[in-house]
Amino acid sequence: MEAPLLHLALVGTPNSGKTSLFNALTGSRQKVANYPGVTVERKEGFFVTPLGRQVSVVDLPGTYSLRGRSPDEEITRDFVLGKASGETLPDLVLCVADSTNLRLTIRLLLELKRTGRPMILVLNMFDIASRRGITVDVERLAKELGVPVVTSIAVRKGGTADLLKLTDEISAALAAEPVENSWRALGVSELRATQREADRIIADCVSLPARPDTWTARIDAIALHPVGGLIVLALILFVMFQAVFAWAQPAMELLKSGFDSLGELVQATLPDGLLQSFLQNGVISGVGSVIVFLPQIILIFLFILLLEDFGYMARAAFLMDRIMGGAGLHGRAFIPLLSSFACAIPGIMATRVIDNKRDRLTTILIAPLMTCSARIPVYTLIISAFIPAKDVWGFINLQGLVMFGLYAAGIISALLVSFVIKFFMIRDYAPAPFMLELPDYKLPRLKSVAIGIFTRAKMFLYRAGTTIFSMMVLIWFLASFPQPPAGATEPAIEFSLAAMIGKALEPLLAPVGFNWQIAVALIPGMAAREVAVAALGTVYAIEGGNEAVEQIGQVLATKWSLATALSMLAWYIFAPQCASTLAVIRRETGSWAWMGVTFAYMLVLAYAASLVTYNVAVALGAG
Amino acid sequence: MTDSIDTRSHMPLGLAQRGYTGVIQHLAAKEAGSALSDVELESRLIELGFVEGARVEILHEGLVGRDPIAVRVDNITIAVRRREAMAIIVA
Repeated sequence: MEAPLLHLALVGTPNSGKTSLFNALTGSRQKVANYPGVTVERKEGFFVTPLGRQVSVVDLPGTYSLRGRSPDEEITRDFVLGKASGETLPDLVLCVADSTNLRLTIRLLLELKRTGRPMILVLNMFDIASRRGITVDVERLAKELGVPVVTSIAVRKGGTADLLKLTDEISAALAAEPVENSWRALGVSELRATQREADRIIADCVSLPARPDTWTARIDAIALHPVGGLIVLALILFVMFQAVFAWAQPAMELLKSGFDSLGELVQATLPDGLLQSFLQNGVISGVGSVIVFLPQIILIFLFILLLEDFGYMARAAFLMDRIMGGAGLHGRAFIPLLSSFACAIPGIMATRVIDNKRDRLTTILIAPLMTCSARIPVYTLIISAFIPAKDVWGFINLQGLVMFGLYAAGIISALLVSFVIKFFMIRDYAPAPFMLELPDYKLPRLKSVAIGIFTRAKMFLYRAGTTIFSMMVLIWFLASFPQPPAGATEPAIEFSLAAMIGKALEPLLAPVGFNWQIAVALIPGMAAREVAVAALGTVYAIEGGNEAVEQIGQVLATKWSLATALSMLAWYIFAPQCASTLAVIRRETGSWAWMGVTFAYMLVLAYAASLVTYNVAVALGAG
Repeated sequence: MTDSIDTRSHMPLGLAQRGYTGVIQHLAAKEAGSALSDVELESRLIELGFVEGARVEILHEGLVGRDPIAVRVDNITIAVRRREAMAIIVA
């Protein structure tokens, strides 16, 4: 008879290496979704124990206690207590501890014990602890805590063997008799008492050498230096954006020529007509022009994941806390805002680490101003078409510099908007506290980073295959129908629905230098920003006729003035964001009004910025 | 009271300079003027390891107003603003 699926839950403080243990146990057999009703990410994975038991394991959000101060922490509490809707009570809780830092986890474990759930304490990163001269009397610790204890090295092959073995032993012996849940929220004196108890147990079972991690101290001497630290942070961001622009080029060229030859193949093999036009202009040039940006999206996530794993993100929050405080932002907002460079959706979801409601709202409102990866295609296209690829001061690529400037413009306007919100909307502002653990630096684990990038790349391609694909079909349809009357001499698109819509909008957009083709592209750009590029591609491809198998960039360079191009860049700094971002804002703020406010203010800013840019550029002779 | 035999006078950690080392004497959430309630502030400080008897050292300071501070609490490092650190009485 097959044993039923064994349900495990991973609980631990932030930075305990929970996620790397999760990755080590489940590899790529992971399922990422949301908990019902809330937007907390639910990560579930599967594996089989050495004895063949099927196991499901859920990686719960990190927490220092079961008090449930934020939506994340409430999930962890409710899950462990079996109160989370639609979730099974875990058969076994794995309490994960960073072996170099047991104090806070042991206190959490003492609190968890009261829930009555069967539990294992996993001393993770045991190799690092040993290297630092920390010794743990594992048997004694298990006896004192009344909980089985096992060591693990999540990042090493076979480093979880003991844990797997113990899981088998415990699951075989799991008693059916339910243990009473005696947990209730701890008062201050009980908290203090459990911390004292934890400290006593640690004093008995763990010998700590007096030397802290020297590497962390050495790096922090520079990375947290009041001035030096900020310079380092600026350098990291600068390298990141140069890299995204310059290093991704070869891979992008490769993808681009791949799609080009695919398009030529279709043109050569299929007879002229609607099917050929649909495949070549609608599908291949449309979807292809978005997929081309995969290398850049992988690179930006690579940087963000590396910095996160390395332990630098908390330092960045520390350095930026007071500086962002000047603009009315909380230091913790730095991490969600930095993630928003990849995509505003995870960024807005990450604002849940900010427990003050007003701080959180401000961060949500400005997160879409951070230049997300979906804008990269638009920026890249226009920059490479209009900005010469020469070096300035000998070593800085001018195109990269413009890219950096666009990112900087996004950041500065975000700070200004936040300042305005603080000043006009939230007057009775009392600064919420900033309390954050600065974890020891750790070498990022290749496997964790690879899994992280793989998940994101998959999401991007999925989007390209669904949202973007369907928008492209729509655009192609609008641009192709109705068909021109026989004997017409003008390009076919002049007779299409797209041209009618675009021309109807043109008067509104003429002051900012946009032609009707751009107007057509802006509309689907709201479904997903990167579609704008694809839409331009389709519109110009159909306009040019089937003979014009040119790069979109080259087409734009001949059709647009520099002023229009710059105006378009300015528009996309603010770019009334994509529908999915608006949906997330609606969900996270629980309010249609805030969603409307975000959309309206960004639209106004985009229009104003483009208007100014266009007119200044024309006045300077770039029209 | 044992206060009288201490050789160093008690002070809030929020006033200490970079390089300061000491031991936590008690928590005084009321005096901090934090946006959090007293109980909430005290709970959070305890959850991050700020309990009586813990050794603290100020490792780093921010640029603006030398705030926030990075505090070594026994063997972990916690970033906290001076405003909240006023609740931690050290000697």
